[in-house]
Amino acid sequence: MPQYAALIYEAGDPDWSVLDTAEKQATMADYGAFGATAAAVMRGGAALYPTTTGTVVQVVGGKGGETVTSDGPFAETKEVLTGFYQFECADLDEAVAWAAQIPAAWTGKVEVRPIIDFGAGNS
Amino acid sequence: MPATPDNQATQVGRDALVRLVRDEGSRVLATLARTTGSLEVAEDAVQDAVVKALEVWSRDGVPPQPRAWLTVAARNRAIDVLRREARRHGKETAAESLHLSAEALLPAPDVVADDLLRLLFTCCHPALALETQTALALRVLCGLSTAEVGRALLVPEATMAKRLTRARRKIAVAAIPYRTPNAAELPQRLRGVLATVYLLFNEGYNASAGDDLLRSQLTDEALRLARLLYVLLPGEASVTGLLALLLLQNSRQLARLDTHGEVVLLADQDRALWDAAAIAEGMTLLGVALRRTPTRPDLYATQAAVAACHALAGTWAETNWEAVVSWYDVLLTINDTPVVRLNRAVAVSERDGAQAGLDDLEAVGALPGYAALPAVRAELLYRLGRFEEAAAAYREALDLPGNRAQVRHLELRLARSEHKG
Repeated sequence: MPQYAALIYEAGDPDWSVLDTAEKQATMADYGAFGATAAAVMRGGAALYPTTTGTVVQVVGGKGGETVTSDGPFAETKEVLTGFYQFECADLDEAVAWAAQIPAAWTGKVEVRPIIDFGAGNS
Repeated sequence: MPATPDNQATQVGRDALVRLVRDEGSRVLATLARTTGSLEVAEDAVQDAVVKALEVWSRDGVPPQPRAWLTVAARNRAIDVLRREARRHGKETAAESLHLSAEALLPAPDVVADDLLRLLFTCCHPALALETQTALALRVLCGLSTAEVGRALLVPEATMAKRLTRARRKIAVAAIPYRTPNAAELPQRLRGVLATVYLLFNEGYNASAGDDLLRSQLTDEALRLARLLYVLLPGEASVTGLLALLLLQNSRQLARLDTHGEVVLLADQDRALWDAAAIAEGMTLLGVALRRTPTRPDLYATQAAVAACHALAGTWAETNWEAVVSWYDVLLTINDTPVVRLNRAVAVSERDGAQAGLDDLEAVGALPGYAALPAVRAELLYRLGRFEEAAAAYREALDLPGNRAQVRHLELRLARSEHKG
């Protein structure tokens, strides 16, 4: 069966490590409920700290070159990646149905992308 | 070469043959997509079979069971393709199971119908962009070549080929399902399919200047798809409504352009040229669609009702504008858009006079790039004797894109306004 990544995008670079409002706590409870409901198709996932904690790595000059790190990415206007799930489903319709139950889909966006199975000889 | 009766007949025979091969081809494709589990493989195989059929049939005549012939040819090709792929990946399964499958060469009609419906819903899946859906529908369901699809949708062939390849890949790797939506999903998914078919029809209807025959043939392809949907889902009021709408709109096809290819306004059309059979069929279907939706008006049936008001009027002057305005009022309750408001304002101008129509135009809203809005304003200003303002509005309309015949029509009107102004 195909696997999908459900990539979660939200506005405002939220910090889900701090549940300092009743609203955030309620949302987190929704995530807990979703995790339980979707257990059968769930193959993994993670929530990410805000982009302000991210570090961009580039190796200047290609492989073996100098490693340059920088702060960022800077997300002031756009929606940012805040987490993801990995599902195994029969088809895209099923994956979309699960993605629609992710709380972030109700306020932000979830992108469903098929995952490459290198073992299956897919090009 | 001059068209002698002989090679005219050959041309007709050729057209009928192409039509037959396309019709049967899409049915063979629908079933093969299910049995191979790959739209890409099925398309490749049917394309190959279609080329062979055109070659062999025009030489030896059409075989007694054309679909069985195409099925065998396509299936053999699919087996070759699958074997080649299997060898590449060290697998054996798909081709062998296809070869051994008990699938009859001529599946039962209800099996074919189910397969076609699946194919239709796959091509019009909401995960695909609308422009991709229309292209896929033409390619896969109507059997047009990639080059023809590109020409019909005004996209260069290479761009169209890329778009179709991308779509096939997404269908394959994202596993867009090959199935008919369940009862709960059907209304929403069906709306998407109908929107795609209607978009195709409008592409052809609004481009029927004769610049490119293929573009005007889009109306025929859209009608074919609407008819197919009606056969597959006879109980759906919106499907019945859409077919009624397309039949009624298309019934005016012959009267819409004069002998010079100029656009003839509805008011000036020779109504004897309207297709009476299409109108009769459209009216019957409209009656059915309206009876099925007594409380919740349907988008397409309501538009068909407007078209029916025109179809029923012996002359422009005899049009029941009160009824037209009422149907637009119904339409506004389900689809309040600037275009609907613009059309309603035109009907109001006929019922209550140019000034009333002009007043209603104020409330239409923004329609950037839509030439019909300034064109209507120009027409109403002209009728009110405000020729200079009319000329300015005609110029505004001419600055916006339109097909050749529409542009010429506007130019004539502009010249007349300038002359009087």
